[in-house]
Amino acid sequence: MADIPVTLSRAQQITPARYRAPGDLVFKIIILVLSSVVIALAFAMAIILWYEARPTFQAFGFLSFLTETTWDPVAAVHGTWPFIMGTLITSFGALLLSLLPALGVAIFVSEYAPKWVANIINYTVDLLAAIPSVVVGLWGVFIFAPFMRDTFYMPIYLWAVENAPWLEPILGAPSSYNLATATIILALMIVPYTVALSRDAIRLVPREQKEAAWALGATRWEVMRVAVLPYARSGIVAGVLLSLARALGETMAVAMLIGNRNRMPFSLFGPAATMPSVIINEFREAVETLHYTSLMAVGFYLFILTIGINLIASYVQRKLTQQRKSP
Amino acid sequence: MSSEKQTNPEIRMETLGLTVTYNKTVQGVKGVSMPMYNNKVTAFIGPSGCGKTTFLRSLNRMHDLLPEAEVEGKALLDGEDIYDPRIDPVVIRRKIGMVFQKPTPFPTRSIYDNVAAGLQLVGIKKKDVLDGVVERALRDAALWDEVKDRLRSPGGSLSGGQQQRLSIARALAVEPEVILMDEPTSSLDPMSTTKIEELIQELKKQVTIVIVTHNMQQAQRVSDYTAFFYVGELVEFSPTSVLFNNPTEERTKEYLQGAFS
Ligand SMILES: Nc1ncnc2c1ncn2[C@@H]1O[C@H](COP(=O)(O)OP(=O)(O)O)[C@@H](O)[C@H]1O
Ligand SMILES: [Mg+2]
Repeated sequence: MADIPVTLSRAQQITPARYRAPGDLVFKIIILVLSSVVIALAFAMAIILWYEARPTFQAFGFLSFLTETTWDPVAAVHGTWPFIMGTLITSFGALLLSLLPALGVAIFVSEYAPKWVANIINYTVDLLAAIPSVVVGLWGVFIFAPFMRDTFYMPIYLWAVENAPWLEPILGAPSSYNLATATIILALMIVPYTVALSRDAIRLVPREQKEAAWALGATRWEVMRVAVLPYARSGIVAGVLLSLARALGETMAVAMLIGNRNRMPFSLFGPAATMPSVIINEFREAVETLHYTSLMAVGFYLFILTIGINLIASYVQRKLTQQRKSP
Repeated sequence: MSSEKQTNPEIRMETLGLTVTYNKTVQGVKGVSMPMYNNKVTAFIGPSGCGKTTFLRSLNRMHDLLPEAEVEGKALLDGEDIYDPRIDPVVIRRKIGMVFQKPTPFPTRSIYDNVAAGLQLVGIKKKDVLDGVVERALRDAALWDEVKDRLRSPGGSLSGGQQQRLSIARALAVEPEVILMDEPTSSLDPMSTTKIEELIQELKKQVTIVIVTHNMQQAQRVSDYTAFFYVGELVEFSPTSVLFNNPTEERTKEYLQGAFS
């Protein structure tokens, strides 16, 4: 009999759920407000870019501004085509250059290397990703660019002039800072991302899948080909797309190394420009209204482009997780 | 046992003092010596964690893939030690197929390409050869009638029971001499389980089958010989009817009483 009140009072010491509910509600509201702010900020940014760029769209037209090849602030003619081309060439070029080595490293560290070797490589790759873009640019400007020009571009160009004149317009006379150097540096900068993301995709392949291939008498590489890569495919694709989005938006190192020439045609060893590089090079001198609004317009397109790529990447990634749950 | 051995069928596989050690400390199985007879079904029973999977995986060198596992002793296939350093484990795994607890179709491959996977690996590309093998393997796995009209749909689109039969077909397609099955029906419904048990009876005409099961009735239904494992040791190995009805070892008796009470 004496026991019963004791048990009751113990139970009463715990606050019943309905008294705890307000805390829950406050927490919910804070979370809701914070996340709305973040989303609103992203939208506001796009809208402000678009709003500020309106005079440009009115003057040149939404699409003509995109395809116009002249960018001449003095003559008040503005078109983004050269920068779009510059951005696409450097980004896709960098992607192509980095893809196989990055995939190779990812496969090596996740399936082949002994643990301690894998650790060293992973650590180095992460470190590479942490180097500030401007530092990479600085190294590129003073060491890498002159080296590449003297060791490779010059001899190749001179050889082409004598033996393959048709190559000349594609190569172009090597300048100190140029498209090729910027692309290679960009490739170097996205390698850590491609490695990290494809490595994660490969690690998610279940052990059962690999063992099933082993049990069929597959060799190491065949296990990769039959079980690992097909399973990790969409994860790798998503990783590559995210790396591409990074390459598209990468500003500092590219602006320092690409030579900043606003006029097409571009050549491999000659200067060029990208969407981020033109913005960073000209925003200080953009005193004319149309010049300013046109830079905003370039920014607007760049925003749309990277958001688009990111959305595709997350779509692919979502598809991947669904596919993985089903079998 | 020695008098029985005269009438016993031919030995396909045999282990001699086989020990598997994990992380240099845990012995998954200790000094197991036992035969697996040709065209017979051998079942491994015993409580969970007693080393059945560990022992099964030592029979086709799957432990090579685990850096933490170390194998000592011998495992003979047709009198030859599969752990002989001159022997290529890849060749061994082609001769000794494996079916896992969970069905493991390659999800991005079609049903057809799942079955053909093992042959495609060794470079067989001729369509008529592959067609023939795929059909036969699917028929042998009692799956042909259900999938013959959709060979091109992904392997992941089948039901669990069908996926497990697909895994069996895939293992059969490379014409192994021995098939190792690790609780192949534990994730399946009773209907699919029955199908696979019937299948095992058919398959043993062609291959030697070793099956791990936690289900005593299943061991009695499908196997000719049964090995009872307990804490990493082989306690008793006998013809199935003998082991279940008239076990020699005290520990076997206790385990069977526990399992059936
Ligand atoms: N990869 C591993 N690393 C360490 N210990 C393991 C590993 N696999 C199995 N073991 C241990 O070996 C023993 C036997 O396990 P297992 O062969 O899976 O038993 P069963 O299949 O009979 O349930 C258990 O004690 C288990 O914890
Ligand atoms: Mg097991």
